[in-house]
Amino acid sequence: MLTIQEIMETITMVQEEHLDIRTITMGISLRDCADNDPRAACRKIYDKITRLAGNLVPVGEAIAREYGIPIVNKRISVTPIALVAEGSHTDDYLIFAETLDRAAAEVGVNFIGGFSALVHKGITGGDRKLLDSIPAALDTTERVCASVNVATTKAGINMDAVALMGRVIKEVASRTADRDGLGCAKLVVFANVPEDNPFMAGAFHGVGEPESVINVGVSGPGVVKRAVERVKGSDFGTLAETVKKSAFKITRMGELVGRSAAARLNVPFGIVDISLAPTPAVGDSVAEILEAMGLERCGTHGTTAALALLNDAVKKGGAMASSYVGGLSGAFIPVSEDAGMIRAVEEGALQLDKLEAMTCVCSVGLDMIAVPGDTPAETISAIIADEMAIGMINQKTTAVRIIPAPNKQVGDHVEFGGLLGRAPVMPVHRFSAADFVRRGGRIPAPIHSLSN
Amino acid sequence: MSLLEKDEKQGKRIIITVIGPDRVGIIAGVTGILAKYNFNILDISQTIMQEFLVMMLIVDSENSTIDLSELKNNLADKGTELGVRIDAQHEDAFKFMHRL
Repeated sequence: MLTIQEIMETITMVQEEHLDIRTITMGISLRDCADNDPRAACRKIYDKITRLAGNLVPVGEAIAREYGIPIVNKRISVTPIALVAEGSHTDDYLIFAETLDRAAAEVGVNFIGGFSALVHKGITGGDRKLLDSIPAALDTTERVCASVNVATTKAGINMDAVALMGRVIKEVASRTADRDGLGCAKLVVFANVPEDNPFMAGAFHGVGEPESVINVGVSGPGVVKRAVERVKGSDFGTLAETVKKSAFKITRMGELVGRSAAARLNVPFGIVDISLAPTPAVGDSVAEILEAMGLERCGTHGTTAALALLNDAVKKGGAMASSYVGGLSGAFIPVSEDAGMIRAVEEGALQLDKLEAMTCVCSVGLDMIAVPGDTPAETISAIIADEMAIGMINQKTTAVRIIPAPNKQVGDHVEFGGLLGRAPVMPVHRFSAADFVRRGGRIPAPIHSLSN
Repeated sequence: MSLLEKDEKQGKRIIITVIGPDRVGIIAGVTGILAKYNFNILDISQTIMQEFLVMMLIVDSENSTIDLSELKNNLADKGTELGVRIDAQHEDAFKFMHRL
């Protein structure tokens, strides 16, 4: 029994409040593609991806038409390439990135994630080659995304890797300087990385995952914002309840789309990632939800509390709506991809330090942040180290996707276009952390890692 | 008001929504297409919300001669002609969102 009001509510969400399914991501294991000969390995990788994901885009489009809900992205995640390429006799993994790029273009997906390494406790030979190949890979390929996990609650923080990633990020920025450092938008540094995340740029197909799987990422900040606006002035219990109900409805659409896609592609359904993922479109902003709660601007005092309430209510509503929830699941706060965040930075309401505090209570980390191009590599590493510490100590995922914008200063902007948006360049602290970063070794795992 | 009370035809039903300024010929236009391609109308409901006509039809596609995406195209063309927005969606899009 459906009422006319319920039908109208669904239609309003899609047509006026930007409800969409952000991504259907097909995870593909490439563990059986390893080969001594790198060219043979790449041939196997290309064949497997194009065979399994050949129908991903048409199936996604058919589902979008039938249910009348946009599915914005169709994407692919693969086994971390460091694990696959390690068996090949080559020092340069660029050929693997190029293969992924060609396979992604062939099946028509805009991003493929998994040029990745897991180095939270140490770096193997293959990991090192992958890390060294990241700048060239992100410069010369269009669709490949890279991610590196440098910390976990169980292992601590690999500070050698953190120091290295500061330099890698600087090099990626400099190699893609003609595109405002675009390569850095395709590179994420993680703590406690989830193995089933469908969202780019951090998606890869984890080692505990099946041969192939469909994961879905929902969106819908606009829907939550409208719902919050309708309960203006009510108490926090009502506010939390309202967000929960909206999250439930959004997630149900993800569950429906995920199950349909998995059935039609004949692969298992993995998880729904119940994240609120903003886009640069006005009204599709997480910052605007926080402002609708009663903050004059996102970033002012009270922002962390508002985000904590939002993130928790989204999880509670979403968890009821889906049998399998996974990935990052919470609110995203990418600066360049959120019109409200951009405005808050431009007006001086939101600074890097407040963003860092916000990452303590939401699902990701410092995401799509532009900083001055002359920021030292050690400072970038120190920013990463802070974020990794938050993830490690709080047993949660955190990440850093930072763009040292080539030749730009505070007040300038970087422009990426599309879903990646535009970011105002934000100031960083001018005091050095170089001696700290250069110590090397690992920060030990916290006491609560000893849970066995 | 409750639609979709009949439980037979589960999984074959399509919900058609018409939203726009009221005018002569909207029902005739929509039902004409449905009859032409053999969609059986199970229920029709309409209301005026603010100044807009909101009409909903639940149709059974079991014996239809075209699929959902072709129906959508036909209805969208008719909507342009009539100055209203006409959409057709599989019933699951609504049932899933509001029910466990």
